[in-house]
Amino acid sequence: MFEKAWHGFKKGNWNRNVDVRDFIQKNYTPYTGDENFLVGPTEKTKALWSKCTELIKEELEKEVLDIDIENISGIDNFSAGYIDRENEIIVGLQTDAPLKRIVNPFGGIRMVQSALKSYGYKLDSVKEELFTKYVKTHNQGVFDVYTEEMRKVRSAGLITGLPDSYGRGRIIGDYRRVPLYGVDFLIEKKKEDFKNLDGFMSEENIKKREEISEQIKALYQIKNMALEYGIDISYPAKTGKEAVQYLYFAYLAAIKENNGAAMSLGRTSTFIDIYINRDLELGYITESEAQEIVDQFIIKLRMVRHLRTPEYNELFAGDPNWITESIGGMGIDGRTLVTKTSYRFLNALNNLGPAPEPNMTILWSKDLPENFKKYCAKMSIVSDALQYENDDLMRKTYGDDYAIACCVSAMKVGKEMQFFGARCNLAKALLYAINGGVDEIKKVKVLDGIDRIDDEILDYEKVKNSFYKVLEEVAKLYVNTMNVIHYMHDKYAYERSQMALHDTDVKRIMAFGVAGLSVAVDSLSAIKYAKVKVKREDNISVDFQVEGDFPKYGNDIDAVDNIAVEILEKFSSELKKHRTYRNARHTLSVLTITSNIVYGKKTGTTPDGRKAGEAFAPGANPMHGRDINGALASLNSVAKLPYEDVCEDGISNTFSVVPQALGNDIEIRKDNLVSILDGYFIQNAHHLNVNVLNKDLLEDAMNHPEKYPSLTIRVSGYAVNFNRLNREQQLEIIKRTFHRAR
Amino acid sequence: MDKKIIGQIHSIESMGLNDGPGIRTVVFFQGCRLRCIYCHNPDTIPFNKGMEITLEQLINKIIRFKPYFETSNGGVTCSGGEPLLQAEFLIEFLKLCKKNHIHTTLDTTGFGVGRYDEILKYTDLVLLDIKHVNHRGYRHICNGDFRELEIFIEELNRFHIDIWVRHVVVPGLTDNEEHIKKLNEIINTIDNVKKVELLPYHTLGVHKYKSMNMEYKLAGIKDMDREIVRRLEKKVIIDNYSK
Repeated sequence: MFEKAWHGFKKGNWNRNVDVRDFIQKNYTPYTGDENFLVGPTEKTKALWSKCTELIKEELEKEVLDIDIENISGIDNFSAGYIDRENEIIVGLQTDAPLKRIVNPFGGIRMVQSALKSYGYKLDSVKEELFTKYVKTHNQGVFDVYTEEMRKVRSAGLITGLPDSYGRGRIIGDYRRVPLYGVDFLIEKKKEDFKNLDGFMSEENIKKREEISEQIKALYQIKNMALEYGIDISYPAKTGKEAVQYLYFAYLAAIKENNGAAMSLGRTSTFIDIYINRDLELGYITESEAQEIVDQFIIKLRMVRHLRTPEYNELFAGDPNWITESIGGMGIDGRTLVTKTSYRFLNALNNLGPAPEPNMTILWSKDLPENFKKYCAKMSIVSDALQYENDDLMRKTYGDDYAIACCVSAMKVGKEMQFFGARCNLAKALLYAINGGVDEIKKVKVLDGIDRIDDEILDYEKVKNSFYKVLEEVAKLYVNTMNVIHYMHDKYAYERSQMALHDTDVKRIMAFGVAGLSVAVDSLSAIKYAKVKVKREDNISVDFQVEGDFPKYGNDIDAVDNIAVEILEKFSSELKKHRTYRNARHTLSVLTITSNIVYGKKTGTTPDGRKAGEAFAPGANPMHGRDINGALASLNSVAKLPYEDVCEDGISNTFSVVPQALGNDIEIRKDNLVSILDGYFIQNAHHLNVNVLNKDLLEDAMNHPEKYPSLTIRVSGYAVNFNRLNREQQLEIIKRTFHRAR
Repeated sequence: MDKKIIGQIHSIESMGLNDGPGIRTVVFFQGCRLRCIYCHNPDTIPFNKGMEITLEQLINKIIRFKPYFETSNGGVTCSGGEPLLQAEFLIEFLKLCKKNHIHTTLDTTGFGVGRYDEILKYTDLVLLDIKHVNHRGYRHICNGDFRELEIFIEELNRFHIDIWVRHVVVPGLTDNEEHIKKLNEIINTIDNVKKVELLPYHTLGVHKYKSMNMEYKLAGIKDMDREIVRRLEKKVIIDNYSK
């Protein structure tokens, strides 16, 4: 079995142990040529995709197409489902029908009930009773343990978006293991690990043994699920098509079992290329068939859905699943990891049209082949569907077989997992520093031990000291809250199928985050360089009067940009003072996705001139319209934020530029975009979303959505179909800085 | 050199991709002697209304964009207003750019105050904006003396700097073939012209006139048809084109 499947592959450690990286390194073929080999979609792909677009259209009108209330989430709890058996060459759906959503109560039953209710569905009384009376969920576990202080910061929105009532996600199974080894080999390896974990039964040891048992069960269930489709994945895949099919089954198991916020795919294109390349060389398939395999895989990824509440959708518009696929990058031996299949993945944006999923993420290095850089730039200009992350920077920490989970979170595939932790609202934290720990909206005391500042004119040192005190208090609470959440998630909603595709000795990362960075920074700059008078009602600030000018973040001015760096370093070092659950490594992100609007809504007027309720800038972006010295100055400010040792969970920046500002024709625009990316990333910047479009076009799309059915734009760490944003979100995007020619 | 020399600038656009090769940072100098009827940056015309900046401050800002210049073979473009008018500041600034290995481009009409040889010594590329083709045209379009352009061209011909000629094509004013033919003749009196860009007239700057309480003399004239401009551009033939 193995002989045949692995025929022609160079041998190595990967033959004896689970070592996908070794397999890739020994067998992949770097590609430095251009895109001219690419082909269009096959008739089968066209027929299948047209059926899917009809279904998606119908779903848009109804909000959700259907929900499976008969079954509960699980790897093999659903019968086989198909979209179009004649034309479908990669099979498998989450439930027995396309776009039919799964009920997953393990994160929290209340979320499920409220989601079902809002779409007009209801669980039968047996299941409802089961999950309210007999089966404890993650959400119940967390709230059994939360302290009063934790509840307060959570409800005030100082720490917000915590995964305490829904699946944490951000775990990437190494789905490549299934096609490379077949499930039986993986089961054997896990059984060995299980056997070796004996000796003193400490709590951690017991936990580990229980988890491995669960993982082994999950692996059997994955096999079972594939058999439902008549496919046996016990043994390794023998062809490119099988490799993609098996890999997809492994991913499918994850999304049948879990409704995580971000369910990312990993780094699969170069792995798949090895199989496709072998088939092409042997003459088994043509380029057209190779592209068909990729296109059909991507169609499947575009059909993934989860059941979420309308409130969740308000935060994260457009049904995002962050099926992030990391493409490109360089190996530590200096060879590029770009292959022809990296191109084929991007080409799907031509063959199927732009769409937010999968979340195509280019791992950018100054050493990437020039042809590939230009092709990415071209695809950004035509699709606005790509994001870029600095491979030269991440490789130092994560090696050359890492992938991005969600938007910007790197981890070694199959070797590291993340405890996702949403974010702390820094703008609100600053107001707490002024108002003595009292929430400016709820008017209740949330944090103890913070002195109120009563000065008429704010003093920088005083405010800064108080702000840092707030950050110290928050850091302690934040780590402890996360410890509770992830203890309970492991206990009540363990991701068995995904963790089965990790090394048993997995390294854990605890990812903290901040939002409202530019608001906090500009506020401190105003206090430092201008004169800020406070207007108070009942000892709580309600407005600020700013006399004089002050430097604003986003203009490449050190005087203010350094404040941002200082805040991040401070918060990161404070977090690291506190012990984490399972000794996870602390990391930090500057990321908001689309939640910058809701966080802004829940935050009072700030000293930078932002009024109560106004949206924050997304991620690490400068505030809307305050970056007035052009794109490079704006990029340079963000590039100063430290990644290594401080924000190793990512720094998200969204860049919108009108096409004319990039040059007069497509060739020049491509070259210029490549140069901008190179210039930005050489300075150790971490991430960039690129949108090349006109504001007028977005305004037109707001009023005539029917004219732009596939208008995709990058928001913060992910792409979204513009029409699926609510009006408020659309307006916020239009308000953002668009760098233009002048 | 005195790093405390002060210049008057209107603003800095860190990413200009239409004013010279590669990615460029454009420094808009404040102040201009010409009064072009279609000027789309009227806010750069008055003297002493810009922001003061020292040489040191300016060069420090520019150096920050070197990563982008290096990846694109770009550099700095001095535009305006009219950069030639602040001769001393300009010379010292260009010198500093060269010292820091930054490519320099001068976007000018040629209406300065002399010291051209010093300025051009540190200039890698000149974007020469030719307003019209004769004395009457110059008086009408920009209230300038055509002879000043001729003097500047003589000066340019003493150097071996790359030159891109630019000319704004306004409907009914500078858009006929006869006019472009004459422009071509003038271009052929200039050595080392590498490129000719005919720029279609647009109305994007008109709103600034209202907010500045200025009369806009071309009110009612529509944007120039880009297709016609492209056709006209093809008619321009550079005689002494040298590589």
